Amino acid sequence: MPTPVQVALKFKELLFSGRLLLDMLMSTQRVFFGVICGIALAVPVGFLIGWYKDARTFLDPLINFFRALPPIALIPLVIVYFGIDEPAKIIILFYASFFAGVIVMYEGVAQISPIFIKVARTLGATEWEIFAKVIVPLTTPHILTALRVALGVAWATLVASELVAAQQGLGALIQSAGSFFQIDVIYVGIISIGAIALTMDLALRALTRRLIRWQERVESQ
Amino acid sequence: MMRERIIFDRAVVDFQTDQGPLRVVDDVSFTINEGEFVSIVGPSGCGKTTMMNMVAGFVRPTSGQVLLDGTPITGPGQDRGVIFQEYGVFPWLTVEQNILFGMKLQKSRVPQTERESLKDRYLQLMGLGDFAKAFPRTLSGGMRQRLAIARAYATRPDFLLMDEPFGALDSQTRSNMQNLLLDVLQREGKTVMLITHSVDEAIYLSSKIFVVTARPARIKEIIEVPFGYPRHEELHDDSRFVSLKARLRGLVMEEYEAQQRLSIKEV
Repeated sequence: MPTPVQVALKFKELLFSGRLLLDMLMSTQRVFFGVICGIALAVPVGFLIGWYKDARTFLDPLINFFRALPPIALIPLVIVYFGIDEPAKIIILFYASFFAGVIVMYEGVAQISPIFIKVARTLGATEWEIFAKVIVPLTTPHILTALRVALGVAWATLVASELVAAQQGLGALIQSAGSFFQIDVIYVGIISIGAIALTMDLALRALTRRLIRWQERVESQ
Repeated sequence: MMRERIIFDRAVVDFQTDQGPLRVVDDVSFTINEGEFVSIVGPSGCGKTTMMNMVAGFVRPTSGQVLLDGTPITGPGQDRGVIFQEYGVFPWLTVEQNILFGMKLQKSRVPQTERESLKDRYLQLMGLGDFAKAFPRTLSGGMRQRLAIARAYATRPDFLLMDEPFGALDSQTRSNMQNLLLDVLQREGKTVMLITHSVDEAIYLSSKIFVVTARPARIKEIIEVPFGYPRHEELHDDSRFVSLKARLRGLVMEEYEAQQRLSIKEV
């Protein structure tokens, strides 16, 4: 077992060799694209399901079916259909992000109180104005929450996605270290994933606070 | 002869339920004239909100018609300001943005140059001047309802439709709000339709009261309130006020009990 000091030294060594930065960059890039694509689809789909009851009856079981499948189980299929290049890895992250995000979105949209829409109508708003001036501001917090949840899930899925013939990336780093029993390198990889995920989450939270100052939040004492 | 503005002509509303159609409003005919303050009083669940929703443009009669200046109502519009019990102030907008919301819509009847001054006017009138830049979450219930009224007034409606507007407020705030409403109406007359189950509120505010029956809602009695405006708190002690209140309460109680029996039957 390596001591924390050994891990810290390894961290420094990998960092200065440039290898670790490259791994971090590759992984962050994959997570970023996976989450962006996943949420880009989760927002309209979640909206559709949350807003239209009929769509919910039809799509809800379908989504829960696919949501339950562990991304790692899909890897062989992904390789068959998408090969082993970059898109294959991003597709796994996209899959995980989409299903995490879509649930948050549609639960959020389904909770929008109809009173605001009613009020906007009585004030003379057209359908488009109701969408742009009422639905969009009310949905923004849910989009941001979906992003945060998807980011968490994507980082958690990263190691699995980099099982697909990845040479670089934090997941690949951990796996190759695992086969050579380099425990200190495994720790470096794990800590890096956690640290980047945490940093991204903090950034998103700061953005959330800026964008939705209006929300009633229960402040902890 | 006063100008007739809202006419219910044999209006019937059936709601579709799993057990078949349910009659909510049954053969209701009445007229609301220009400048009148009409209260609709009846037990909760009797269909009085549905009557308001027809005027607001959210519900269409199954048969008969509801006319606004002679034309059947087909949807909501800026000519009718609606105030709901749950306020419905937009939490993502500041107090002043809430007031400006309706004025800035495509169909706005308020010219651009007048918007700011109109906004300031209602901020002052409703005592919200110090809170212009605040978000609604910092406001009390009474202030939120004042904001909802300011927002409805800002689009310059001819009609004010109110559904239990002060129902969620404590009695002191409620009484303040009633006086504020009377005060604002004194400055800028509107034709008002108020839905309430408070007998006291109905007499204190309105010029005419329609008592409606348990579901399906029919007009049970029309009462002309014998007091002019402006009105003040002392009116509550007037012997005519007290006896009218007793009479009205009797009428409403009968229907309240009928509605209770109806609800028990359904369970």
